[in-house]
Amino acid sequence: MSETTLTRMDLSEAVFREVGLSRNESALLVESVLQHISDALASGETVKISSFGTFSVRDKSARVGRNPKTGDEVPISPRRVLTFRPSHLMKDRVAAGSRK
Amino acid sequence: MIRSELIQKIADENPHLTQRHVERIVNTVFEEIIEALAKGDRVELRGFGAFSVKSRDARLGRNPRTGEAVKVEDKKVPFFKTGKLLRDRLNGKV
Repeated sequence: MSETTLTRMDLSEAVFREVGLSRNESALLVESVLQHISDALASGETVKISSFGTFSVRDKSARVGRNPKTGDEVPISPRRVLTFRPSHLMKDRVAAGSRK
Repeated sequence: MIRSELIQKIADENPHLTQRHVERIVNTVFEEIIEALAKGDRVELRGFGAFSVKSRDARLGRNPRTGEAVKVEDKKVPFFKTGKLLRDRLNGKV
């Protein structure tokens, strides 16, 4: 099975097919979905999409890292990272879908 | 924010669409991503992030209650990597 990569275009195409809006408007709406999720996360909110998964923002404290090539110590400043926790439904479908 | 709030926000911005339409649009986006991953495909959304499937090898696990060894089969799990733009936004750089 060759792995393909879907992009915004494929998501817009799906919306176009399923909902019957114009291609242009479908693309704008897909962008709007991503934009609203990003905005909520940027403001520190957790985004919980039932039967899909949960995006949450975590604070990481500062630590001393190391350049793996040179071995030099480099300070890593505190930062916020995003974690995605897939729903059970998504996990089950991914596990089942690839077992063929 | 939960799914219904996301739908509401988009509905508010698009008064020419019915609530039901917006629900179908939002659901289609998430459903399409799950379907792609179930097929083993990747979904790359520049600036936002990429969903992909990772393989986990079979391993010998342990029942934490009884300490008994149990076989855990190899499996595929969904994975998300945050895009650069979103990562920068989380850290107030954009």
